[in-house]
Amino acid sequence: MSQIHIKQGRIIDPTNNINRIGCVYIADGKIVSVTNQPAGFKPDITINAHDQIVCPGFIDLSTRLRQPGQSRKATFSSETVAAASSGVTTMCLQPDTSPIIDTPAVAELVKELSEKANYPQIFPIAALTRKLEGTELSSMLSLKQAGCIAVGNANQPVKNLLILRRAMEYAASHDLLVMFRPSDYWLGNSGCAHEGAVATRYGLPGIPEEAETIALAQCLELAELTGCRVHFGQLSCKRSVIKIHQAKKYGMKVSADVAIHQLHLTENDIIPFDSNYHVLPPFRTEADKQYLRQGLVSGTINSICSDHQPHDIDAKLGAFPETESGVSSLETLLPLMLKLVSQRSITLEQGIASLSENPARVLHINSGALTVGFAADVCIFDPELEWQINSDNWKSQGLNTPFWGQIMTGRVIHTLQAGKIIHCLEKLG
Amino acid sequence: MTDNLQLNSEGKLKHFLTIEGLNKSLLTEILDIAESFIGMNDQQIKKVPLLRGKTIVNLFFENSTRTRTTFELAAKRLSADVLSMSISTSSTSKGESLLDTIRNLEAMFVDMFVVRHGISGAAHFIAQQTAPHISVINAGDGQHAHPTQAMLDMFTIRQIKKNFSNLRVAIIGDILHSRVARSQIQALNTLGAAEIRVIAPKTLLPSHVESLGVNVSHNLTAGLKDIDVIIMLRLQKERMSSALLPSESEYFKCFGLTEDKLKIAKPDAIVMHPGPINRGVEIDSKVADGPQSVILKQVSNGIAIRMAIMAMAMQKQGVM
Repeated sequence: MSQIHIKQGRIIDPTNNINRIGCVYIADGKIVSVTNQPAGFKPDITINAHDQIVCPGFIDLSTRLRQPGQSRKATFSSETVAAASSGVTTMCLQPDTSPIIDTPAVAELVKELSEKANYPQIFPIAALTRKLEGTELSSMLSLKQAGCIAVGNANQPVKNLLILRRAMEYAASHDLLVMFRPSDYWLGNSGCAHEGAVATRYGLPGIPEEAETIALAQCLELAELTGCRVHFGQLSCKRSVIKIHQAKKYGMKVSADVAIHQLHLTENDIIPFDSNYHVLPPFRTEADKQYLRQGLVSGTINSICSDHQPHDIDAKLGAFPETESGVSSLETLLPLMLKLVSQRSITLEQGIASLSENPARVLHINSGALTVGFAADVCIFDPELEWQINSDNWKSQGLNTPFWGQIMTGRVIHTLQAGKIIHCLEKLG
Repeated sequence: MTDNLQLNSEGKLKHFLTIEGLNKSLLTEILDIAESFIGMNDQQIKKVPLLRGKTIVNLFFENSTRTRTTFELAAKRLSADVLSMSISTSSTSKGESLLDTIRNLEAMFVDMFVVRHGISGAAHFIAQQTAPHISVINAGDGQHAHPTQAMLDMFTIRQIKKNFSNLRVAIIGDILHSRVARSQIQALNTLGAAEIRVIAPKTLLPSHVESLGVNVSHNLTAGLKDIDVIIMLRLQKERMSSALLPSESEYFKCFGLTEDKLKIAKPDAIVMHPGPINRGVEIDSKVADGPQSVILKQVSNGIAIRMAIMAMAMQKQGVM
């Protein structure tokens, strides 16, 4: 396998506490040095990273590639290209595919699809309950053995707390991480917007923040009871951050993430009835947004995910409440993270850590760092390169982003996955 | 977006989707034009040729008698050709999307859609998607807006009270689910009413309701003091089954408008209701049929207001 020399970039590797201009040396798919050129190193490829940032490849804890079952929305081949062009080298797949990832056969099918796509590393998340129905346990151990990295119930509720308790106990027995997007089914009341002034004005069914905080509190209690390792995904409000903070202070094994768009948009940004703003959990208030940002700084929120949900055009064509929720968000992950840096909400090191080191720790995988001996998953980006979100630049099959047409700052130039170049921006600008 | 979508480049009405984004002078213009149509009701020939040769489609995805009939009459009095379609949700669930329904009707060369739909934002969506020469009038969308109802209410209030500046208006009942209330509140605020009070139990009020520019009361007796205009809202039976209220009788006891309660308001207060009324649930028959009630006047005025709005929305095609 080839030897690659990444030359003269600013290396930022939070795990190893590196932030300096230097070179990264890769051989046989692994990092071999980030200091001096190893003896006998003869690069087949040299990448000039001058004025660019060299950091660990991004690890995305929540994505949907829509296969199997919904290839009219997106496919592995379209979305892995989008991921690679966004610096993402590892992604977790939510189990709500069709069929649902609740049997080893489906998990293996997903693995097969990802190997064919031959791009970022893909970890399926297995269904916590059979068919995500919240009534029977899935075969978690077999699913783990088939390559699933965690279990979760995607957006479906487990209404019966006794079943949730047993599912968490069973997951804990096999040291499986349980990933939740906390949302109480009844309080959510089929809403589509934050229960607040904007939803009231436009007559949109609201979702109170308590739908999230109460479900979160219940899961925390059950995590305590069962000793289960729990990760809360896509948090949306201030009081969730406070609850996670308290749980961590108390010594609990919990972690949390936030979707990138939740750190930028609020209920007031919603253009009335524009279905591209229809997202679950809904965009909440300015105070919630600021608290989510602070949670990231304090480490209460471990990581940022894309919560990528590409849709076909028809899914978003309709009256707002009737449309499907979700944003196609892989490709805005880096520029929106950099926007947090330019707005001085977080440092660049924190931003990179929240996309690499921290999610790797959540998943207990040897990745997310430029440590010698690790697989060479590397993202090289130009933090100042401007680009417009339009059909020339957009790779995902899902065009559903509220940022369409906007100018973004920061673009990935090269992505390496286990030492293989999986993305190279051909034409700059 | 809201104002751009409703108005053309000259600031004239193109669609009529919501009161939001329309200024006082435009609302007053609607009322004035409706005024000019009101005399027609007494004429032998109740027709003007303003929309002759135009095709208007009433597209009702939700049941309605009053609104649909007055829209139909209004269109006919403007000499338009009218097609009224009741599309139950079951026929759309056969597979044809809302957009396909619209596209098919567009292909039949219509000039205007009057739309009622159970989902908030449906009229906006149709206005965004439809061909540029077609006007869309919102006849009620979900819990969002019912602007022609609000305007006919404003018309009725102005007829009796002359102006809005000193008026205290109480809106009583199920504000949470009411598109009528939302549009009335916006219209009253735009026209400069002195105070708007919403009176309801907490279960029937949306969160942050004060942000709409209203005062809130949970007590009918206290809330009716000094009120000039009382607007009662219909209480749907299903509010009981969804645990928003314990019973009709308890609701009537707390929030039903009786003759005794009416005495708390100003002696010349008027009583309004968008209909259909639930006698003995939100309003006592004696009040509904009493001297202070203007409920049937509202219905009559609905024709003139809808004529005015339809004619104005078509003015880009040179009808006015």
